[in-house]
Amino acid sequence: MPLLQMSGVRKAFPGVLALDNVSLSVERGEVRALMGENGAGKSTLIKVLTGVHQPDSGSIALDGAVIRPRSPIHAQELGVSTVYQEVNLLPNLSVAENVCLGAEPRRFGRIQRREMNEHARAAMRRLDLDLNVTLPLSEYSTAVQQLVAIARAVDRECRVLVLDEPTSSLDKNEVEQLFSLLRHLRDQGVAVVFVTHFLDQAYSIADSVTVLRNGRKIGDWKTTELSKQELVAHMLGRSLEEMPQVEHEDYVECEPMFHVVGLGRRNVLDPASFTIYRGETLGLAGLLGSGRTETMKLIFGAIAGDCGSMTVLATGTRDIRPRSPRDAMRLGIGFCPEDRKEEAVFPGMSIAENMLVVIQAKRGWLRPLPKRKAAAIVEEQVAKLQIRTPDSHRPIENLSGGNQQKVVLSRWLAAQPSLLLLDEPTRGIDIGSKFEIRRLITDLAKGGVSFLFSSSELEEVVHTCDRVVVLRDRKMVGELHGADVNEKRVMEQIAKGEA
Amino acid sequence: MKVHPIAYSVAALALLLLFNAFFTDGFFAIELRDGRFYGSLVDVLNRAAPVMLLSLGMTLVIATRGVDLSVGAVMAIAGAVAAVLANGDPGKALGWLQVSHSVPLVVLCALGVATLAGVFNGVLVGRFGVQPIVATLILMVAGRGVAQLVTEGQIVLFENPSLELLANGSVAAVPTPVVIVALAFVTVAVLVRKTALGLFIEAVGSNAKAARLAGVASAGVVIAVYAVSGLMAGVAGVIACANISAADSGTTGLYLELDAILAVAVGGTSLAGGRFSLAGSLVGAVLMQALTTTILTRGVSPHATLVAKALIIVAVILLQSPALRASLRAPKEQAA
Repeated sequence: MPLLQMSGVRKAFPGVLALDNVSLSVERGEVRALMGENGAGKSTLIKVLTGVHQPDSGSIALDGAVIRPRSPIHAQELGVSTVYQEVNLLPNLSVAENVCLGAEPRRFGRIQRREMNEHARAAMRRLDLDLNVTLPLSEYSTAVQQLVAIARAVDRECRVLVLDEPTSSLDKNEVEQLFSLLRHLRDQGVAVVFVTHFLDQAYSIADSVTVLRNGRKIGDWKTTELSKQELVAHMLGRSLEEMPQVEHEDYVECEPMFHVVGLGRRNVLDPASFTIYRGETLGLAGLLGSGRTETMKLIFGAIAGDCGSMTVLATGTRDIRPRSPRDAMRLGIGFCPEDRKEEAVFPGMSIAENMLVVIQAKRGWLRPLPKRKAAAIVEEQVAKLQIRTPDSHRPIENLSGGNQQKVVLSRWLAAQPSLLLLDEPTRGIDIGSKFEIRRLITDLAKGGVSFLFSSSELEEVVHTCDRVVVLRDRKMVGELHGADVNEKRVMEQIAKGEA
Repeated sequence: MKVHPIAYSVAALALLLLFNAFFTDGFFAIELRDGRFYGSLVDVLNRAAPVMLLSLGMTLVIATRGVDLSVGAVMAIAGAVAAVLANGDPGKALGWLQVSHSVPLVVLCALGVATLAGVFNGVLVGRFGVQPIVATLILMVAGRGVAQLVTEGQIVLFENPSLELLANGSVAAVPTPVVIVALAFVTVAVLVRKTALGLFIEAVGSNAKAARLAGVASAGVVIAVYAVSGLMAGVAGVIACANISAADSGTTGLYLELDAILAVAVGGTSLAGGRFSLAGSLVGAVLMQALTTTILTRGVSPHATLVAKALIIVAVILLQSPALRASLRAPKEQAA
């Protein structure tokens, strides 16, 4: 009998069925990876398990007994502990205080400090961790803090340990340290559920893997019996055989525009090198967290790189590493961020203002756009992108997601960049707008504008792009062009990792 | 139907004036004496002048989702500098400057120091990312100390008829402070609306992250608005010290930063940043002064004045709350 058995779990939110009849079982001493792309239902499943959400139907059994966790604290009392992506401990308190937080040894209401430190030391010893438990937690690196979070979780009679993307801010050695701790716990009979986006990590630590997609369970496999290609295919929802071949015109190398040479930043992206040609759409393919957004932000200077450089042939700029978006804009680069609401839209401001902000930022504050010229630009962009609005002086919130995205795109098009970075420009918008945006990209590319394009939908990448750069685990792992630009080849590269 | 945010404060002011037209004798009476207008209305504008000036700068700061708590203290600094320079005693701090003969130079020095104080705030917020409330709290507390250093802890008196004219004189029968407010309003309005500064200010206040990614020089914009706020505080400080021919660093501009913030809020600019209205803030400042004057002339007990004022301001602020308006409207719609 498995230690943890979730069966037939269903959870609906207004408008979405987040989990549809999902089951998950983990044995004693098993590490199970839980994988899936955005919206697959991983976090909802974890939240049901830890009592954040109550399932609409279905049951959770621990060691054969049905449990109904009402809250994370209740779940912990039942033996299910969770460690989140962001360390949620108190950095100003000592390691021992953090480990014992909420369960401090007391006598007559006073905390027994010596006893507490002794208890924490014992907890550390059990996990083979060598830390000074009296130092403030902030003295240690994020990775060690993560380990302390785990130590704290398993200190409380923990039988199931849930790790929600614990490795996303750790470097290689730190991940290894975390993994040796996990193996240690596994050998003690703890059942571990490990949520991750990193293929290699799943294979190096997990005994088995469960894949979710669109709220459904796709299947359970032993990691030894599932190839990486198959895993990627399951996550993305297409089998290798049924993928249509896309005909690409014979690939001709045309005029190079941008050389990216070894651009990277420690713990963000391994140094990546590629060239972007005039009038081409270069795709960035990879799973969630593979470094697509990071690549774009490094090129745009929104994240400062710590190695490598770019050469922009159009402006004759050599070996430059942009340190701010303004630096990149001077080189003729534009950037539409993935998170439209957080990073692109100016709420409360009009459609026209949202559209003109980039061109005005380029002109500087002393040279305001003349009213007539501004109106002409707005009118032109509204027509060109078919933005559906009766009046461009209305607040941008009145528009649908797709039309807001078009406004964000138009703010860059109005500034006539030579390279436009589009991070998931079609995310969360209606099908109609999706196709309009894709057609627009194709048209503009014919006119000589270069694009760097990313999307979580592989199909969209191979249909839109002439060449594809493949990323995995924050590392560029290959480049495909011509007939190789098809879903099958891209998935092979994502899975294999070697060019 | 969307109502312009300034409408509520204008309506409240109109109601208040209407009330006075019926119940306060001679509230609208204006007489010309010695080439200057006198009367309750003129008095309201004249007394509101310092807060109006502060609220102009404060509007821009609040539009970037900031706040400037230091303006009252900066008024004290500017007043102290102006008074010490006008006094011209070579033995005092800044005495070596010897500019007492020239009023423009005295004023220019005071305004320069005030602007520098604003730039200091702006650099802390815009360049180093210190939270505005913390950054400006520094000068709010330490500013009066700086002013006391300048005056060496004394109340500095001076005799300078031309400097005093800034507070007590008149231009075309209108009191000089009111004229200065009008000039400042036009200058600031032109600065933000005839250049792209206004757009950048609203962009930074509306979504700072997006502003950076759209290439707006956010740090520069933030420094600029705090500098304007400092400058406006400087003007208010010079008027305050000219008014009493002295600098009292302990009381000049005391708590006026709070009045200025309130004027901005009453005037319909959201403290969450983004859209702003300079005219609204001026109306807000006048409304509060008109309230005070009305309450005083109605003979309300002085103890009750502040509470009466608070009640009316709460009403105006609540009227602007979308949540309250929605809940007032909801029952009607259900009935329909």
